[in-house]
Amino acid sequence: MKSFARMVVATVAVLLVAAAAQAADTVKVGALYPLTGNSAPAGQAAKAAIELAIDIVNNAHPELKGLPLAETAGLPNLGGAKIEVVQVDHQGDPSVGQQQTLRLITQEKVAALLGVYHSSVALTATAVAERYGVPFVVSDSVAANITQRGFKWTFRVTPIATDFAKAYSDFLTDMKKAGKKIDSVAVLNENTDYGTSVGNSIAEAMKTGGFKVQQIVYSAKSTDVSPQVLQLKEQKPDVAVFVGYTADEILYMKTLKNLDFLPTMIIGDDAGFSDPSFLPAVGDIVQGTLNRSAWAVGAPGSVTEKINEMYKAKTGRDLDDTSGRWMQAFFVLADALNRAGSTDPEKIQKALKETDLKPTQLMMGYRGVKFDDTGQNTLASTYLIQLQGKDYKSVWPEDRATAKLEWPMKGWKQ
Amino acid sequence: MILLQVIVGGLLLGAVYALLSSGLTLIWGMMNFINFAHGEFVMIGMYVAFVIVVALGVGPSIFGLAAAIGLFILGVAIYFALIRAVMRGPILAQILSTFGLALLLRYTAFWIFSPNFVTLPQSSLTGTINLGGILLNVAQLVAGVVAAALTLALHLLLTRTAVGSQLLAVAADRQAAMLMGIRPDRMQALAWGLSAASAGIAGALMAISYPFSPAVGETFALTAFVVVTLGGFGSVPGALLAGLLVGLIQALSAYYFGPVYKDVIVYGLFVALLWLRPQGLLGTA
Repeated sequence: MKSFARMVVATVAVLLVAAAAQAADTVKVGALYPLTGNSAPAGQAAKAAIELAIDIVNNAHPELKGLPLAETAGLPNLGGAKIEVVQVDHQGDPSVGQQQTLRLITQEKVAALLGVYHSSVALTATAVAERYGVPFVVSDSVAANITQRGFKWTFRVTPIATDFAKAYSDFLTDMKKAGKKIDSVAVLNENTDYGTSVGNSIAEAMKTGGFKVQQIVYSAKSTDVSPQVLQLKEQKPDVAVFVGYTADEILYMKTLKNLDFLPTMIIGDDAGFSDPSFLPAVGDIVQGTLNRSAWAVGAPGSVTEKINEMYKAKTGRDLDDTSGRWMQAFFVLADALNRAGSTDPEKIQKALKETDLKPTQLMMGYRGVKFDDTGQNTLASTYLIQLQGKDYKSVWPEDRATAKLEWPMKGWKQ
Repeated sequence: MILLQVIVGGLLLGAVYALLSSGLTLIWGMMNFINFAHGEFVMIGMYVAFVIVVALGVGPSIFGLAAAIGLFILGVAIYFALIRAVMRGPILAQILSTFGLALLLRYTAFWIFSPNFVTLPQSSLTGTINLGGILLNVAQLVAGVVAAALTLALHLLLTRTAVGSQLLAVAADRQAAMLMGIRPDRMQALAWGLSAASAGIAGALMAISYPFSPAVGETFALTAFVVVTLGGFGSVPGALLAGLLVGLIQALSAYYFGPVYKDVIVYGLFVALLWLRPQGLLGTA
C-alpha cells in the first residue's frame, strides 16, 4: 500500500512537472534572411546555422560546456521557455525587408528580431523596429551607418566596416615593415550599402596608412567585368581588395585568370569569398587569397569544433564566418531574453544594454560583447585567413595564426 | 591595345546578347506576343548544360546541342499547353500568363537545384589565345562566334527557306496562310520551339564562363528586352546589330566611366534612340 501511495505521488509529481513545462510559453523571435535572389546561398547557410542555434538553446547540450544556455533546455529564467523563430525571406530587397519586419511585429507579435545580411535591408528593417520599439539584433550587416542614426532598439554584434578596414591596413603596414613591396592598393567594391560603406572605409584606412589608392565601384549584377580587370592590368596595383557578393566575385576571379593579371595579394572582404559556392567554383585559381573571419574551427574537443561537427552533420559543410556571426548574434539575443526574464520589449532592450559576455562565453573570436550607446559591440574584432589548398587557414595576427602566411599569393600559378 | 581588348570583349558578349534576344523578337514578329519567361529559357539552358556536363562529362558541342533540343521541346510544349489557349483571351491574360510561367519556372529551378551558384566543371574550352597582344578567352571567343553564326542562321532560315516563308506568311496574314494550306498552329509551335532553343543555346554558351543560379534569368530578360526594342521588334538582323551595340557600349562605358555608369549610359542611349526612332534601328513603323 505504501509503495502504491508513493507511486501515486511520483506520478502526480511527474504530471505536475510536465504541466509546468507545458505552461512555459514560447518566446517568439523573427529572423530575416535572403532566402532567394543573388545572395540566397548565404541566406540558406545562415538559416541552417540559426536552426542549429535554436536546437542548442532549446534542448540540453551538456557537451557544449561554457556556452551560455547550451547546457540547459530553454530559457531558465522564463521557466524553461523555448525560443520559437519565425523565419522569413527578404530577397535582398530593402522594401521587402521593411514589409516583412512590419508583418513580424504587427501580426506575428515577435519579442525581438534578428538579421539580415544585406546592409541595405538592415537599414530599412531596423527603422521599422525602431518605430515600433522592438529590439533588433543585427547579426552580420556591416555598413557603418546602421548604428549611427541614434536608434535605441538596434544592437549590432558583428565587427563593422571600420574594424575590417583597420585590420587590412594594419596587416599591410606589418608586411611593409617586414620588407615586402606594397605601394599601391586597388579597392573594388559593389555599389549598394555594403560595398560602398566597406569600400570607402578601406580606401580611407589605406590612405591613412600611406598607400596609393585606386577605387573602382561596380554593380554586383554585372555579366562582364573584363573592362575593370583591364584597368587593373594597366595600373598594376600591388594589392587588390574585393568587396562584393557571390556571382560578381567568381566572375572577377575567373576574369583575372583569363586576362592574366595576378596582383601580389588579393584580399577578399568575406561575403562573396565566404559563400559556399566560391571555393568549389574558383578555389584552385585563387590560391593564397586572403579573407577575413572571426570564426575558427579550433582544437578537437573544443566547443567550436563540436558546433562545427553539428553543423556539418546537418548541412554537409563546415560552418563559415557569416553563418557563425549569425549564430553568435542569436546566442547574444537568447542570453538577453533569459536575463530579461520576460517578453516585454523594454526589459529585453534593458538586458541587451547590460550585455557583458567574455571571450570564453563566445563561439566567435571577438574580444567580448558589450554594446555602446549607439548599439554597436565595442569588443568585436576579426582576423585574417588565407586560402591554402582547400581551406582558409588563420594567418594574422600572429598570436591567432594556425598556418604560415604565404606571400606573394600563388593564384593559378602552382 | 587595351582599348582593342575592351572592344573585342564587348562585341563577343554582344553576340551572345543577340542570340538570346533573337528568340524574343521572333515570337513578337510572329504573333505580337511578349514572352516574359524568355530569361527563364536562358536559365534552363544553363541548367541543362550543367546537368549534362555533370552526368556525362561531355564537351560544349554536345551540351549545347542538348540545351537546344531540350528547350525546343519545352518551347513547343509550352505553346500547346499554355500559349495557344491564352492567345484567345484578353491582352492582360497574355501578358500575365508568361509572367506567371516565368515565376513557375524560376521557383521550380530553386526547388530542384537549390539557390546556390554553380559553375560548369572545367571543360575543353579553357585557356587563352594571344592574338597580337589581345588576350582572348577561348570560351568567350567560341561563345561569341557561335552565337553570331546562329543568329545569322536563324535570319537565313526565316528569309531563305520554305519553312521560313510559311512562318512569315502566318505572321503576315493568318487567314490567307490557312487558305494556302499552311497550318498556323504548327508554324507558331515551331516559332516557340526555335525561340526557346536559341535562348537555350545562348544559356549553354554563357554557362561556360558565367556563374549562375536560378535567379539569373532576370538579368538576361532585361538585356533581351533592351536589345529587341533597340533593334526593332520582330527583326532578327536588328537584334544582332543591337546586341553587338549593347555589348560594345557596356564595355566601353564601363572602361571609361566606371562600371556603375555603364547601365546609365546604355539606357540613356536607348531612350534617346527610341525618341528619335521609336521603331528601333531596323524595325518598320
